Amino acid sequence: MLGKLTLDALPLDQPVIMGAFGFMGLIALSVVAMLTYLGRWKWLWTEWLTSVDHKKIGMMYIILALVMLLRGFSDAIMMRMQLALAHGGAAGYLPPEHYDQIFSAHGAIMIFFMAMPFVIGLINIVVPLQIGARDVAFPFLNSLSFWLTVAGFGLINVSLGIGEFARTGWLAYPPLSELDYSPGVGVDYYIWSLQISGVGTTLSGVNFIATILRNRAPGMTLMRMPVFTWTALCSSILIAAAFPILTVSLALLSLDRYLGMHFFTNDLGGNPMMYVNLIWVWGHPEVYILVLPAFGIFSEVVATFSGKRLFGYTPMVIATMAIAVLSFLVWLHHFFTMGAGGDVNGFFGVATMIIAIPTGVKVFNWLFTMYRGRVRFPVPMLWAIGFMITFVIGGMTGVLLAVPPADFVLHNSLFLVAHFHNTIIGGVVFGLLAGFNYWFPKALGFRLNETLGRCAFWCWLVGFYLAFVPLYIVGLMGMTRRLNHYDNPDWHPFMIVAAVGAVVILCGIVFQLVQLVVSIVQREKTRDLTGDPWNGRTLEWAIPSPPPAYNFTEIPIVTGRDAFWEMKRAGVARQIVRFQRIHMPRNTSAGLVIGGFSLVLGFALVWHIWWMAAAGAVGILASVIAYSFKLNKEYFLSALDVERSEKLLSPVAG
Amino acid sequence: MAATLLLGGCNWGVLDPQGPIGQDELSLIVQSTQLMLIIVAPVIVLVGVFAWKYRASNTRAKYMPDWERSTAVAAVMVLAPVVIVSVLAVMTWQTSHRLDPFKPIESAAKPVAIDVVALDWKWLFIYPQERVATVNEIAFPTDVPVNFRITSASVMNSFFIPQLGSQIYAMGGMQTKLSLMASRAGSYPGFSANYSGAGFSDMKFQAIASHQPSYERWIAKVKAAPQALNDGVYVALAKPSEKHPVEYFSSVAPDLFDQILHDTKRAPATAAMLGDVCVANKE
Repeated sequence: MLGKLTLDALPLDQPVIMGAFGFMGLIALSVVAMLTYLGRWKWLWTEWLTSVDHKKIGMMYIILALVMLLRGFSDAIMMRMQLALAHGGAAGYLPPEHYDQIFSAHGAIMIFFMAMPFVIGLINIVVPLQIGARDVAFPFLNSLSFWLTVAGFGLINVSLGIGEFARTGWLAYPPLSELDYSPGVGVDYYIWSLQISGVGTTLSGVNFIATILRNRAPGMTLMRMPVFTWTALCSSILIAAAFPILTVSLALLSLDRYLGMHFFTNDLGGNPMMYVNLIWVWGHPEVYILVLPAFGIFSEVVATFSGKRLFGYTPMVIATMAIAVLSFLVWLHHFFTMGAGGDVNGFFGVATMIIAIPTGVKVFNWLFTMYRGRVRFPVPMLWAIGFMITFVIGGMTGVLLAVPPADFVLHNSLFLVAHFHNTIIGGVVFGLLAGFNYWFPKALGFRLNETLGRCAFWCWLVGFYLAFVPLYIVGLMGMTRRLNHYDNPDWHPFMIVAAVGAVVILCGIVFQLVQLVVSIVQREKTRDLTGDPWNGRTLEWAIPSPPPAYNFTEIPIVTGRDAFWEMKRAGVARQIVRFQRIHMPRNTSAGLVIGGFSLVLGFALVWHIWWMAAAGAVGILASVIAYSFKLNKEYFLSALDVERSEKLLSPVAG
Repeated sequence: MAATLLLGGCNWGVLDPQGPIGQDELSLIVQSTQLMLIIVAPVIVLVGVFAWKYRASNTRAKYMPDWERSTAVAAVMVLAPVVIVSVLAVMTWQTSHRLDPFKPIESAAKPVAIDVVALDWKWLFIYPQERVATVNEIAFPTDVPVNFRITSASVMNSFFIPQLGSQIYAMGGMQTKLSLMASRAGSYPGFSANYSGAGFSDMKFQAIASHQPSYERWIAKVKAAPQALNDGVYVALAKPSEKHPVEYFSSVAPDLFDQILHDTKRAPATAAMLGDVCVANKE
């Protein structure tokens, strides 16, 4: 009846896991209780859960990302504590069967459920506003993408308390991830949470390609688009091109696991190296899917706070496109040590370091944007400065790893771990937090607390160096990744410093949360009535904060780059000539329902509960069909309503 | 700080190479880093300088809000990385070939052959010339190339002795090769550098490089071991085990490596038997 699911699936003997799961349950329960007490269920349902408004969907993505940041970081700090303790014969407090799940979950969560939703969330909030659009091209699809991501999120969190997570590392290399070596449900949780959220991500990519290519305001030619929109476009193209490869790789792995096929087994003609190739053909573009939008954020932030045009817009766009193309030509550098030979390794090594050229161009562009500017240093700009210094170091170690013979001694070492955290924290996370602080007032109508934001920044920056410089050093000393314990006493002092670094980053995260709470409580103090708190340059600052559901009362006509800056100069910003009725998409619960059925399907497949899987699949299909027969998916907001809401939203306008 | 720590007798791994491959790779790391610092260091300094000089409160600094292009700057920002990357690319191409792990080290000395099999979670070493086998310990003479053939009878691992240089993956049904040489006598830690499951952290071995006479004594010691590595012993050995002690086997079929390679690929017959053993040993 319940497939492989029995009471043994509950890790009742593991106090750490049960504690964590219980804590999560408690938080969820208290949220439910609070909503009930405040009577906000209906509000939550109509205003948020069923919303197809890109700004609200974006905010929900970011909430998801912040929750998963906490979970992924808990994993991180547990690993650092384990390695600070488990030396010279000591076993530490995490046995391998638990520790191995933690590092696998840390990687999978941080990439798929922290960085990706955060990036897609910011793209959702900002891109339609930057291009002068009323919404994304396919509002319902956007809601569906989000709810599929939530389903994956649900599944990966259920794995904490019911059953186990993969013990295979975040990319689940076979044959270790095959049934012979991982007979438990951990790898299945991994597969299905990634598959479901991956479909959501692919649909998001398609949606934003269409949005950016089709929904731009009149006059906004491609070469007048803000750089963040450009990077969002490149990132979306990469998603549409790369995520299907992930889907197929995981599908083949599941055929091996569920139907006894032999795509990636050692025996009967299977080839594990094929999986490693496929997963990295997705995996390498993936890092650019994450970092390109971060580059875009920095381009906006640096130009705005230098009070100056972005230096070298055209080279910046070309560099972005070049990186997007090159990102597909370098995957083999993740396994120079598989013995491909001098020609192949040499080719992929050189191809990889060529990416340093467009990336270098970008760094120089940001640098010379500050040159002869009037640089202000609010929180987003601090992140940008911290990024420029940190990221070039990560880039340098990256090029070093691209030299195959250097990689032969650094591959899989903690040097590598330090390198990619250097680029992902120093690049992606710093970028996302810069974007979070920068666009927060646009999305919610009030600024975040500056002082607490600065505290968060300094803790993150100092904590990052404390945590990862020691990893660079022990990596050179020959310490490999994913060790549960070690004997070499020389590594121990470095592991202690790294653990201290993790604690400092924890302070940064706590400041971030306190900043959010304090800013919400004191929102009247920092309310943004102008819609343009930073003296911005692009169209999102031309409308009130928070923007009305339809964004632009009148679609702006764009005459150049930095459209809003030009309007302000010409003195034509925010002049509404006449109010018109606006065509709007209606809210729908279809995305949520399909996401719910996907979660059921995923859970059933993990546990081999076939009747439930059938129910989930039928549910998905039926909801899609039912939604496609629904009429009245859109409505018109009358000109009078628009005028009324406009007056309400921006008392200073007009 | 590095100097004092070095004097303290630490094991600096990759930074303290004991053979030609490791030495070449370390000097490549140092040279590449120096080369990149030519551009990276000034950028870091300039970020600080520009941020300070053009701070909003410094109203004496020049302000050009519309300045967005400059041929001179553009030329430098493209050419500087191009030059550095070109030099690096040439180095990369040459060293990728020269230091290809499969390439046997050229030497007048007759190389020692060692076949390596990664098992869950220990290393089986076969000396086909001497017809002996060991677990988790190898020895070889200094200044003599050691040619490894490497495979796995289980999941992927990576065979790595940091102080001697290059690592290479050990993969089931596939054979990789590695050629290393030690210039100084010593016992160098080796391990798997690719996560392979529960016992991975203790999948370690010692690589003992010594002068010819003591290497010969070591071989004699292995040959005197009471146990031989026959099929039955191998099946028992292939079962998953953690923190496996060093073992010596006085004799072994010289083609055991090829047999394992073949069986891992093929599954039925012997491998099916091994498979059953493996399944029985999973929790």
